Amino acid sequence: MEKNYTLQNSNPVIEIKDLHKSFGTNEVLKGVTFNLNKGENLVVLGKSGSGKSITIKCIVGLIKIDSGIITVFNQEINSLEIDELNKIRTRIGFLFQNAALYDSMSVRENLSFTLRRHDTTLSGDAINEHVLEVLESVGLKEAIDKMPSELSGGMRKRIGLARTLILKPEIILYDEPTTGLDTITSREISELILELRQKNKTSSIIITHDMPCARLTSDRIVILKEGVIHVEGTYDELEKSEDEWVRSFFI
Amino acid sequence: MNQTLTIQKERLGTYLNQSFIEVGRATEFAIRFFKEAIRPPYEFKELLKQCYLIGYKSLPLVTITGFIMGLVLTLQSRPTLAEFGAESWLPSMVALSLIREIAPVITALICAGKVASGIGAELGSMKVTEQIDAMEVSAINPFKYLVVTRIMATTLMIPLLVIYADGIGIVGGYMGINIHGDVNVVRYLSQVIESITFLDIFPATIKTFFFGYFIGMIGCYKGYNAENGTESVGKAANSAVVTASLTIFIIDMIAVQVTDLFF
Ligand SMILES: Nc1ncnc2c1ncn2[C@@H]1O[C@H](COP(=O)(O)OP(=O)(O)OP(=O)(O)O)[C@@H](O)[C@H]1O
Ligand SMILES: [Mg+2]
Repeated sequence: MEKNYTLQNSNPVIEIKDLHKSFGTNEVLKGVTFNLNKGENLVVLGKSGSGKSITIKCIVGLIKIDSGIITVFNQEINSLEIDELNKIRTRIGFLFQNAALYDSMSVRENLSFTLRRHDTTLSGDAINEHVLEVLESVGLKEAIDKMPSELSGGMRKRIGLARTLILKPEIILYDEPTTGLDTITSREISELILELRQKNKTSSIIITHDMPCARLTSDRIVILKEGVIHVEGTYDELEKSEDEWVRSFFI
Repeated sequence: MNQTLTIQKERLGTYLNQSFIEVGRATEFAIRFFKEAIRPPYEFKELLKQCYLIGYKSLPLVTITGFIMGLVLTLQSRPTLAEFGAESWLPSMVALSLIREIAPVITALICAGKVASGIGAELGSMKVTEQIDAMEVSAINPFKYLVVTRIMATTLMIPLLVIYADGIGIVGGYMGINIHGDVNVVRYLSQVIESITFLDIFPATIKTFFFGYFIGMIGCYKGYNAENGTESVGKAANSAVVTASLTIFIIDMIAVQVTDLFF
């Protein structure tokens, strides 16, 4: 796999500046600042509850931020009208931590639901073809007529990923794509993430607790601590960090 | 002593405050329904599906309760009417009470139990498992797809279910009369139809639209605003039923006053 694909370009597709967010008295984010460059795989690490999921939810406007600036494709998302925000949202794929498949729909409907609404010109056959194509890319073609309740945790993650891919997003935000999966499946998913980047030239933010996944997929890593980005660097750099707390992630 | 009083006052204060905030938010939600409902695109397919689920799937329950309402009402009223020698009024009395009051309220309450709780639990679990967020990030308006269709479906289906319950109740009344005597179907029905006027049906039907709207609105509101955590799904369903039932009685009371004023 193409490791060390370090990008020296500074062509950010996502820019986050001084992001603040609290829930009541619980200050979760206290000035998060980082960029995602075009074509880059950025891994976000941090202890449970440090605000990783919140951060990427702010990027797609799911959560209203308290202060700070988030720019996606050079547009500041806080100031956008809902229609413009939705245009940006169709260019971003979001894989939820727990897949968030629509329970009342079969796998096929889960995938075609979004597609049908965004491209009303597509025929039934064309939609079917697209659905099969993305299912093939996550290796789950046989699950097409199953209901989400019939799927295992790993299968749900992959169907969630397939649903994310169906609109051919330019940016993908992965929230713990491998958590709760066995090592072999985790590795397959990590490789899938790399493959997608190569095939579709996507830029990704990958939140994970799974260090093999981080090693395999990351071009760059940022670590969130106490509401700010504590350090930033490549896997190899951070593994040898002077900071014991940082090193403890890599054991 | 004084201190406990102050604390209790404060508690009452926050409680009232929260109630007002809740009412305000629910009103905002209700207004948003109208705004989103008139803006295209429309989700016809989902609307039809919800009408089927809410209307058709409630038929068995409404059939049984409607029949029993008619039957019991007849059996209960008979002795009183007989005392005054007015047994022949039985069909008209049963029909009038059914159509004006009993069928609308009982059917709406049954639907508050079945439909409002169902919607509350369904949307609540969709909220908790981030399915609503998933729709939103894929640039689909979840309010339009989930909420507007459900509220429209209940607003259309509850009146139909009530009219159906009226019919079944009248059949139940016929059975009730026949337990003691033998009344010809044609005579029974002509007596029923003679006693009902437009002014009995019209206000009663109008109020069922309000029942339907509020059953859907409250179910959706409770589910859509469920907090995180699985126990909140149960809470959403439960408080949807309680609030919807209470609201039905309040609307009924208002409807009686308004009908009195105008008719
Ligand atoms: N809707 C919410 N209301 C109130 N507090 C919230 C809400 N969502 C998240 N939080 C709080 O924000 C903090 C960060 O949550 P977040 O989900 O971002 O953590 P995380 O870094 O993704 O953790 P994990 O690795 O366990 O997924 C937590 O303390 C959580 O309690
Ligand atoms: Mg998380």
